[in-house]
Amino acid sequence: MAFCLTKAKKLIYNHLKSKMGSLGIINHGNWTHPVSFSHPIPQNLKKPDTFFTNNTTLFASRRFESIIAGKHLDSLRNVFDEIEVLNFPGGKVKFTSEMKFLSESPEERIHCYRVLDDNGQPTVHSNSVQIGEEVAVKMYNDMVTLQLMDSIFYEAQRQGRISFYLTTIGEEAINIASAAALNIDDLIFPQYREAGVLLWRGFSLQEFANQCFGNRDDNGKGRQMPIHYGSKKHNYFTVASTVATQISHAVGAAYALKMDGRDACTVTYFGDGGTSTGDFHAALNFAAVMEAPVIFFCRNNGWAISTPVSDQFRSDGIVVRGQAYGVRSIRVDGNDALAIFSAIQAARRMAIGESRPVLIEALTYRAGHHSTSDDSTKYRPVHEIEWWRVARDPVSRFKKWIESNGWWSDEAEFELRSSVRKQLLHAIQVAEKVEKPAIAEIFTDVYDVPPANLCEQETLLRETIKRHPQDYPSHFQFPL
Amino acid sequence: MATSLRRFGRLALISRNWSGRGFSTSPSGEINSYSNIQQSEGKSINLFSAINQALHIALETDPRSYVFGEDVGFGGVFRCTTGLADRFGKHRVFNTPLCEQGIVGFAVGLAAMGNRAIAEIQFADYIYPAFDQIVNEAAKFRYRSGNQFNCGGLTIRAPYGAVGHGGHYHSQSPEAFFCHVPGIKVVIPRSPRQAKGLLLSCIRDPNPVVFFEPKWLYRLAVEEVPEDDYMLPLSESEIIQEGSDITLVGWGAQLSIMEQACIEAEKDGISCELIDLKTLIPWDKETVETSVRKTGRLLISHEAPVTGGFGAEISASIVERCFLRLEAPVARICGLDTPLSTCFRTLLYAHQEQDIGCNQVNNKLLAILLL
Ligand SMILES: Cc1ncc(C[n+]2csc(CCOP(=O)(O)OP(=O)(O)O)c2C)c(N)n1
Ligand SMILES: [Mg+2]
Repeated sequence: MAFCLTKAKKLIYNHLKSKMGSLGIINHGNWTHPVSFSHPIPQNLKKPDTFFTNNTTLFASRRFESIIAGKHLDSLRNVFDEIEVLNFPGGKVKFTSEMKFLSESPEERIHCYRVLDDNGQPTVHSNSVQIGEEVAVKMYNDMVTLQLMDSIFYEAQRQGRISFYLTTIGEEAINIASAAALNIDDLIFPQYREAGVLLWRGFSLQEFANQCFGNRDDNGKGRQMPIHYGSKKHNYFTVASTVATQISHAVGAAYALKMDGRDACTVTYFGDGGTSTGDFHAALNFAAVMEAPVIFFCRNNGWAISTPVSDQFRSDGIVVRGQAYGVRSIRVDGNDALAIFSAIQAARRMAIGESRPVLIEALTYRAGHHSTSDDSTKYRPVHEIEWWRVARDPVSRFKKWIESNGWWSDEAEFELRSSVRKQLLHAIQVAEKVEKPAIAEIFTDVYDVPPANLCEQETLLRETIKRHPQDYPSHFQFPL
Repeated sequence: MATSLRRFGRLALISRNWSGRGFSTSPSGEINSYSNIQQSEGKSINLFSAINQALHIALETDPRSYVFGEDVGFGGVFRCTTGLADRFGKHRVFNTPLCEQGIVGFAVGLAAMGNRAIAEIQFADYIYPAFDQIVNEAAKFRYRSGNQFNCGGLTIRAPYGAVGHGGHYHSQSPEAFFCHVPGIKVVIPRSPRQAKGLLLSCIRDPNPVVFFEPKWLYRLAVEEVPEDDYMLPLSESEIIQEGSDITLVGWGAQLSIMEQACIEAEKDGISCELIDLKTLIPWDKETVETSVRKTGRLLISHEAPVTGGFGAEISASIVERCFLRLEAPVARICGLDTPLSTCFRTLLYAHQEQDIGCNQVNNKLLAILLL
């Protein structure tokens, strides 16, 4: 690699330079026109909503009201308005002679919305219980099914029948109640601890098992680790292990829904750990600017594997981040199915009706280990886990409520559990016997059609297997 | 060194001629590679205008297409998106916040809904914040879902390459990073006509594509570009000059340097076959292989650092396939393994003083043939 260090040749260089003109960065001429500071009021602010009661979220519209009020109050001040108020993009900003830094946190932590108390009884002022018997019973059914699926699949992993598993224990209400409040047309961009949303939408236990066993009937053709579910039919985008990357996809997809005038929103789930990623911040900001109908659902379960939230962030959780980005937000009790249901229902209405993003932070606890690769007793006290499992179990709380409504009985409970258990064991047995995807599936779907290099590699692989069959798993396992 | 000094005067002349006639294909003029374009000769336009035409056509022909990125609304810092927002509205052509991972993440979601998401990254040097979204998300979206979902409507445009005073952060050629990623395509045009046809193919290709635009040529390269809607095939390279002594492979802006070197070499009695790879992955191995079988020699040139550059991949593949036919080691004339220095640019980067690049290639050609 010879680099000839020729002396610079001014002639050509100048010639080139003149040809190129201002190629390079910016045509400065375009930046000289005056910047307009009159910023239109965002569409978002035009329609106040009845759910729009959290006083911290009033920030945006108060900003405008206060200016008007100020004008009426003191006509003298009007004279000096131009001095006292800075007309700045986003609205007028008042001047003050007081040097005051904003506090790093509110005096009191943002309150947590709940409907059911720890005993499953509606709290005094809760008026938003709008769930009928049928939906409530299905919700309870699915919460129990999710729990049972978790315990049986977890066990299957322990027995070495599947390679990996991850439970939603402690977050059953988040999973099921949020799903119940949505419409099937709403698109889900999940993290990985939201299998219940898919369950609610009708993904069968057999389908769950097929994915975990990575057999031929898995939608994902056995390509991903267990629990990476995805189903086009259920508007549930395929799980990826990468934490939080899905959040900005939900914004782009929500923008598409808005452009198509669809009566639907997108919903993306993620954990407390996921909120430290760039993708989270990018997505919130994009959603606010693009006025995208997306619900950001943060499951703040206190832990990101072994990292407690105190090592994750110093804000008052996640809910406060919304305001900084101009996104309406609410904190809910993640173990209260009714609170989640109501909050999602309201958020959905706002998202679609007003073309705006909404952020929901659900306070909960990851009552299981992070996954089958984790033993959480190494980094957190057992009694803490036990307390959340027993005293704050979202499933038994919801059960108390449906029982007190007379919608549930011990017999129904017994029947449900034994029937679901049977279905699960059957699903596992079937999934285990279904053969693996064909070898061709290694090469399909990388592109819409396999390009030359993949065709060549497929041929090579097949020939190698034929030549050295003893070095490869049997044909039964991976049909050629 | 000595050789290049001796050639000083002669090259200057040629260079002047060459930069005056713009960048197209071979010295012999029209080449049959445009067989799929209607032979209607268009107006002479530069490369950014060709890109602009392609974007107009893309937005015009598909109501589900969107163009966005930093400063895209007013026309973009390189003017590629001029007039689009006025014509197609702010909902389809818009500014985004300054956040590359957000741009690509948003684009993946938009594309996953069946739209053509045409995202601009202002400079290829700033594509790295979006690397995860490209590598882990866009590239695997189809595969990981078993073809239930895809974001094939995604096209990421980014200006690449050294130009003027660009320094470390307005000069990079990061194509090799992306050539290591199954699931995306990487395409680089060499001229206005190519840029328009290839960009339209990328936008309409059902796979996510990273499209690097040679920003050195945005204004400099001018050629006749058909005004109609045409596409040039992906994963098909093009022999832009036939020859018998040695095969030269390159892409994008580097081809204009190589083209000059071929003319020079011709005078020394060396007959060069020059190939524009156009699509880096999945690349057209066959054409290169066939050519090397004919010439027995291969030289690859790119502006990106030599180590781990895409030239290494081409070299390895051709050695695998043509080992016994090769009459000389595969040669690479590529960038140094250093960041780009603003003050040394005229020493190091071919087109900053294009005779240098040309001489590098030429000396190497002579060296190979004297072997
Ligand atoms: C980008 C990325 N970094 C690291 C990991 C490894 N990882 C998997 S889960 C996890 C913790 C996530 O915690 P959180 O977001 O709170 O979700 P939770 O598991 O509590 O539901 C980590 C670090 C990953 N999957 N992706
Ligand atoms: Mg967590």
